[in-house]
Amino acid sequence: MHPSARLEPKVEVSRPTADRVRVCLAGDWRRAGVPSLADVETLLRRDDGRPRVIEFDTRELRAWDSGVLAFAARCEELGKEHGVEVRLGTLPEGLQRLLRLARAVPEAREARRGSRRPGLVARVGEAAQATGGFVLDFAAFLGESLQSLGRLVRGRSAMRWGDALHVMQTTGPQALGIVALINFLVGLILAFVGAVQLARFGATMYVADLVAVATVREMGCLMTGIILCGRTGAAFAAQLGTMRVNEEVDALATFGFPPVDFLVLPRLLGLGLMMPLLCVFADLIAIGGGFVVATGLLDLSSADYVQRTLAAITLESFLLGVFKGGVFGLLVALVGCWRGLRCGNTAAAVGQATTSAVVIGITGIIAADGVFAVVTKVLEI
Amino acid sequence: MDPATAPSKIEIRSLTMAYGDFVVMRDIDVRIRAGEVFVIMGGSGCGKSTLLKHMIGLKAPAAGGVYYDGQSYWDADEAGRLALRRRLGVMFQQGALWSSLTLAENVALPLEAFSGLGPADIRELARVKLALVGLRGFEEYLPAEISGGMRKRAALARALALDPEILLFDEPSAGLDPVSARRLDDLLLELRDSLGATLVVVSHELASIFAIADHAIFLDPETRRVRAEGNPRDLMRGSEDPRVREFLTRGSG
Ligand SMILES: Nc1ncnc2c1ncn2[C@@H]1O[C@H](COP(=O)(O)OP(=O)(O)O)[C@@H](O)[C@H]1O
Ligand SMILES: [Mg+2]
Repeated sequence: MHPSARLEPKVEVSRPTADRVRVCLAGDWRRAGVPSLADVETLLRRDDGRPRVIEFDTRELRAWDSGVLAFAARCEELGKEHGVEVRLGTLPEGLQRLLRLARAVPEAREARRGSRRPGLVARVGEAAQATGGFVLDFAAFLGESLQSLGRLVRGRSAMRWGDALHVMQTTGPQALGIVALINFLVGLILAFVGAVQLARFGATMYVADLVAVATVREMGCLMTGIILCGRTGAAFAAQLGTMRVNEEVDALATFGFPPVDFLVLPRLLGLGLMMPLLCVFADLIAIGGGFVVATGLLDLSSADYVQRTLAAITLESFLLGVFKGGVFGLLVALVGCWRGLRCGNTAAAVGQATTSAVVIGITGIIAADGVFAVVTKVLEI
Repeated sequence: MDPATAPSKIEIRSLTMAYGDFVVMRDIDVRIRAGEVFVIMGGSGCGKSTLLKHMIGLKAPAAGGVYYDGQSYWDADEAGRLALRRRLGVMFQQGALWSSLTLAENVALPLEAFSGLGPADIRELARVKLALVGLRGFEEYLPAEISGGMRKRAALARALALDPEILLFDEPSAGLDPVSARRLDDLLLELRDSLGATLVVVSHELASIFAIADHAIFLDPETRRVRAEGNPRDLMRGSEDPRVREFLTRGSG
């Protein structure tokens, strides 16, 4: 037992007669790995008169663990492969019993697989297919969500309003801090950058106009959308993904609750309603940021700044910004829920779902904003 | 080794377990001898899993301690605790397999980290461990692709990975079909006999308790104490306590 008294583990393979292979195991084989099979294999593969029997000599074997068990199991398999009888009778009792247990359930051969890693070409093909499928799948998901909305309008939805309220609370009031911070800084930056440029034309007073228009039409809803994508879209994907892993989504379906009604609709409504409000809040804060720079560093009076700001904002651009905010909110919620519900069933898949929700969400927001820019130009809003 | 005279491997001394203010059990005193199969019995929610968590170092005692070979787990420093934990093999109630690794990788991961063996040896060991629990041929499956009972057995194979001297199982046979459950019991006894392991098993499957237990304790949620201790067969025949008898006879005694 004492480590210094430990006997070296040894394995010797010999061939006392032409038709017998003797495996001699000796010493302390605990925590010593798996005895080498190489010699046994070579002897079995040799052509000069195959052996017919493998036998074991374990008189000098002092202690063993599953390494020797694995060795014996492999010898047995090798014996079967080569049509050689394996005499296990001389192995320690316990080892024989464990071998019997290991053998008791036949190998599920039809179940067996090799390691699965398709080649490069196959992977590229799969990726291309997947991208096409991806877009179609989002369209299908959008359709499901619209149907679910239809059920809600007709009063036949399984959605619980409490869920929607809860979503509103966590996505709205609880996001005020971060939305305020980011938009205030954006207001500051806009005012600074604008002031430097406008000063070259002696038009510093237009800083108020610049901040107001940029914020209300673009930056307010864009920044808020991106913040909520990272904050809430990711959370949706992780929540629904974990529910998927735990089969909670399947449980909903078996009770006849459409998972979309139950899980997606409240998030869609909650975020869709909260985002416009957050946008208005963001606009105010960003203009406040501009105000601080203009009155603190440039020589604008507060009355001037307020007056210019009010004159610069038209009702159309204000409503446009708020409307865009609502659309971005719906987009973030849709993408988050979509990635979550399509999650695989491992912990890593939840991570992937979250990542893709954020990446697709932000890309979607920017792309949608581009579309808005073109459309509003054409319509001259 | 005769369990009755063997030195105690694990000792739990006046252990009080609590979640915050909620005391689950008080004053647990238990000696588990080397080479015995020790069963923790009791109805659902009485604190069996919690006791196991105290033994494997996942939850600190509110009072009292856990001793391995006389060495206190909770008084040891981080290195000492790690060394003690290495000697334990644990199977969790829900299996807790790593979901993004195949079954073979689940068994191989602890071997790669702690055994110092080469990849070929590790592969063979993982194969034989999975074969022991009846999962030959499923090496390359992910946990999500097999049934609940198979997951349980794979978790057992992982607990066996390092040939630990102490094995702790949380309801190993719950959810298994009778044949698999029986085979599992045989395997547990075989591991004890051939590898000399000490086994701590949480169970409320009577057949399994009677088949494997050398010694058992019965936790009672009402008094929050150990209500009975001894060999379950003796307890069934000899215990005066109606609640213990009721448990061990499924309420028909
Ligand atoms: N993380 C936890 N926080 C608070 N209470 C817990 C926690 N886990 C378990 N409990 C409570 O401790 C008691 C024992 O739980 P557990 O040990 O899981 O029971 P069981 O005997 O079924 O394994 C139960 O009453 C349970 O509600
Ligand atoms: Mg439990």
